[in-house]
Parts: sequence; C-alpha cells; structure tokens
Amino acid sequence: MAREVSTSRKAVVTAIAWGIGLLIFFPILWTVLTSFKTEGEAINPHPSFLFFDWTLENYHTVNERSDYLGHFWNSVVIALGSTLLGLLIAIPAAWSMAFVPGKRTKDLLMWMLSTKMMPAVGVLVPIYLLARDTGLLDSKTGLVIVLTLVNLPIIVWMLYTYFKEIPGEILEAARMDGASLGSEILYVLTPMAVPGIASTLLLNVILAWNESFWTLNLTAANAAPLTAFIASYSSPEGLFYAKLSAASTMAIAPILILGWFSQKQLVRGLTFGAVK
Amino acid sequence: MGEIVLSQVKKSFGGISIIQGIDLAIENGEFVVFVGPSGCGKSTLLRLIAGLEDTTSGTIAIDGRDATRLPPARRGLAMVFQSYALYPHMTVGKNIAFPLRMAGMPKEEQDRKVEAAAKVLNLTPYLDRRPSQLSGGQRQRVAIGRAIVREPSAFLFDEPLSNLDAALRVSMRQEISELHQSLKTTMVYVTHDQVEAMTMADKIVVLNAGRIEQVGSPLELYKTPANLFVAGFIGSPKMNFIDGAEAARHAAHTLGVRPEHIDIAADGPWKGVVGISEHLGSDTFLKVQVEGIGPLTVRAGGEVRLHHGDPVSLAPQAGKLHRFDAAGKAIAA
Repeated sequence: MAREVSTSRKAVVTAIAWGIGLLIFFPILWTVLTSFKTEGEAINPHPSFLFFDWTLENYHTVNERSDYLGHFWNSVVIALGSTLLGLLIAIPAAWSMAFVPGKRTKDLLMWMLSTKMMPAVGVLVPIYLLARDTGLLDSKTGLVIVLTLVNLPIIVWMLYTYFKEIPGEILEAARMDGASLGSEILYVLTPMAVPGIASTLLLNVILAWNESFWTLNLTAANAAPLTAFIASYSSPEGLFYAKLSAASTMAIAPILILGWFSQKQLVRGLTFGAVK
Repeated sequence: MGEIVLSQVKKSFGGISIIQGIDLAIENGEFVVFVGPSGCGKSTLLRLIAGLEDTTSGTIAIDGRDATRLPPARRGLAMVFQSYALYPHMTVGKNIAFPLRMAGMPKEEQDRKVEAAAKVLNLTPYLDRRPSQLSGGQRQRVAIGRAIVREPSAFLFDEPLSNLDAALRVSMRQEISELHQSLKTTMVYVTHDQVEAMTMADKIVVLNAGRIEQVGSPLELYKTPANLFVAGFIGSPKMNFIDGAEAARHAAHTLGVRPEHIDIAADGPWKGVVGISEHLGSDTFLKVQVEGIGPLTVRAGGEVRLHHGDPVSLAPQAGKLHRFDAAGKAIAA
C-alpha cells in the first residue's frame, strides 16, 4: 500500500537515520582518527576532530613491536577453520531438524540456543583444564575446536531457518531419483541453500574473528590472534591510546573490508525468510 | 513389470489412523486412479507405495517382491509431484539426467537418453534453461521427463495437474494418457478431480476416510455405485438423493437419480417449479423444486426454454434409479 509521505517528513526521518548511523559508527571513527594522533594529542582533554598533526608514527611502532602478520594469520586460520568445521557439523544437523523433525526438535533447538545464554566465564575453568590436559592450550587447533563449539548453536539455528524454506518435496524427488542421503545433501540441498550457507559463513567468520574471551584466555603467544594483538597494547603498556587505536584499526580493517564487500549477501541472508 | 500389491496396509500419524487397512492389487500396465475428497488418505497411500512414508503395518509387494521396508530409490518407481519438485539450481537437461547420474550411468548414455526424452516431451529447445524460466506446463513436462528416463516399473503421480490452469490441464491430461498408451507402464495417479479419474483411468479406486469405498472401471462406478458415497462422488453434476416417502415407494431408504437421467415430460410423475436455470448451449441445467421431494438437479440436452418460476414435470428414466438401504449400501436391482 502506497502512503503519501511529505518531503519534510522524509527529510526528518533521513536525518534521524543518519544520526543513529553516525552514533553507532562514531567509536570506530574515533579509534581510526586517534590512531593517526600523537600520544599527547590522543589524551588531550580538548581533542580536535580533524585538525591535528596527522602521523603514521603509531603504525610504525606497532609494526616494529609486534608481529602483525603472525597474528593476522592466526585469526584467519581460527575464524575460517572454526566456521568451516562448524558448517560441516551443522549442515547434516540442520538437515535432520528441518526435514525429519521429531517431537523434541523445537526443544532441542531451544536447548542449543540456551547454551549461548550462559556467560562464557562460567565454563572457563573446565575448558581451560581440558585444553591444558590435552595439550591444546595456546594452539590453533584448540581454539578452532572451542570456537566451533561456541558458535555451533548459531550456525545450526541459522541453517535450520534457511533449510525450512526449501520445499521438502524437492528432497523427496531426489530420494525417488535414487539419491543416497549423502548425494541428496551434496547435490540438491547444499546448492539450493548456497545464499543461506554463505551468509551463515560470513556472519560466523565475523563472530569468530572478533571473539575475544576464549582467544585471550586460551592463548599466550603461539596461537594468539588479532584480539590478543590489540589486548597487548592495553593495560600492561599503560595509557598508550594512540598505539592501542592503531592496533585496533589494523585488527578490524580486514573484517571491515570483508563485511563491506559482502554486505549485500549478509543483509539478504539475515533477512531471508523474514518476509514470505 | 509393474505389479503392485498392497495387503492390509495401515498408516497412522501420532495415533491418528490415516489409512485403515487397504487391500489392493494393481496389475502390470494398468492406469489406476486414486480419487477421493481431500484428507481421504489418497496422497498418503501413494507416498506409502513410493516409500516416502513407512507403513505402520501391512505389506507392499512390487513385482512379487516385498518392498515394504525398501528405501524409495530401490523400489524402481518414479514419482511426479504436485509442485513439480524440480531442482531449481539445475538446467532442464541436468534435471532430467539427475536420476541417471545417481545411477552412475556414463555421460554419453545420459545425454542420449535425455535427448530422447526431451524429444518426446517437446523440451529440446529448453534443455539449457532453468526451471524458473519455464511455464507451468513445461515444468510439469520436465518432471515427467525426469520420471521416464529411469524407465521405472511404475509411475506415481501426485495430483500433477492441480497447479495448472483449466485449458492446460485438459491438454496435459491427454498427454499423460498418450504417454501411457505408448509406454504401457503401470501408472498410479492421485487426484481429487473425478473428471480426471473418469477420463484417464482403467481402474478407479474411490477412497474415503482411509478406506476403499469401491474399486472398478469408470463406467462400473458410474453405472453401479456400491454406496451413497461413490454415487455422490462420481458424476457431474452430482447424483440427486431423495429420502422419505418417494424412496419408500421404491422400497429404499434413499433413492438416487443422476441429473442426466431425468427427462422433462409433460405427464411426468414429479411436478415442480424451476428455481435456477443454466443455459450452456450444449446442455441446460435446471434446479427444480419438486413437490413432496425437494430440489432436484436436471440435465437436459441442448437448449431448453425454461426459466425461473416456470412449472415443469419430470420423469426419471426407467432402470436408471439407484436404491440404497439405511446404511447407504446399494440394493441390487
């Protein structure tokens, strides 16, 4: 139904939308700006917004002091590894929940999601001890496993909602056509669910990339990803806001760029199925 | 090849009995139609034969072999779904080739079979298109193509035409009949449309509430319905049912007479007034309010110049009355 919207009303709504957008984006913008300031300028109680002496000195220092590429590589391995492993487990799980649901499927989904309602610190000690005893402390393998488990409920839940949109008759047709369970999932379900799987993958890469509780607590040096790289510029170093900002900017840049290029896919995936 | 025998097949979902003990033999090469109102269990019965649902009890034998516990792929049957159920991410050619690919057939042989099927179904120009680029009728033909390349021992159709418009439905109906003539393969066809059942079937199975009401050729069902349900379900417009004194006069609880078996006769025993008249040119349908009987539908051939409010007298044709007892069973003439 078309509604008449006056120009002034449109202008007000647009202004409010921009205002909220900028408010959300401001901390990131401020971090990026601060990363180009001198340490003195960064803690100036009367900061200037754009008119300060722009400098790359923080980036030089951060690069000299830490192994950015090493951390970056760890982040890539952990984020991608945990997401791919999660998808491998979640696709068959979501298939069975969506297409052969039992009486307790809904409860099971709710239970899986409920594990996300508990603060992670609640299981820190057992998981830390398990990781220590299995020799997975400060290893990428350990983090991939932990982050897979942490994000698995969300992956299963998202895939389940996408799979629900796929008509069951098409899978039945595949079964009539002689497809085994594996072929049915591989040749029919997965290609049809590509948009959903892609946005699940993107969202989980972002979640895993930014995950800081487990990555900080289970790593020391060898497997430390970019979150640990940022953290290394906080408290122990004192109040070096400008360097901290430079490290943060370098850590979030890759995922920000990924998000920027895939935003269409992300938004489509996240709203998929919301409107029928 | 293509003989299907059901013995005491039952199916219940969560304690609710959907199929209540079906015994049925489908001969090789037969065109069998399951017909009945929605919710009668006809689709469930087809899905049980296909193996898409498990039977609660009873056995299903295909070509003399017990197939009750076989997975769908190993029953040698092909199915055409109401929604077509084409693979949207594959081209028409790939859709038709899918069962062959699953069977591990060499690529050249696949291509040859797909081309042959496409030729039969007039799909050759569309082989490289996606299902979304096709019309409803073409999609249905792709679904049929996917079924015939497998050379199954029987075809199962689940209301395949109900998503098509009326004109297309008639032509697809004829295409499926022609396909049956040329392939001579067993076909089991589910529909709620009794016209489809009457025109296509060798044998009609009328289902109601999970039970078989009657099995027979279309004309058997039309001429000698076993009970009130079949009498009312087969034939269009519906058979008129008369209770009370008029039925008692014929020694029946309920009297049935088809609209086409009532003549307009000056000295007819039933006197009434025309309520609604529908003039189609080829036929005239009258709703007549008859004294002491109630409303009757009458089908008169050609154009009959009767309109609302006109008095009319009617006579049932001799030997065309159907008599039913209090339980609704037909009383033999």
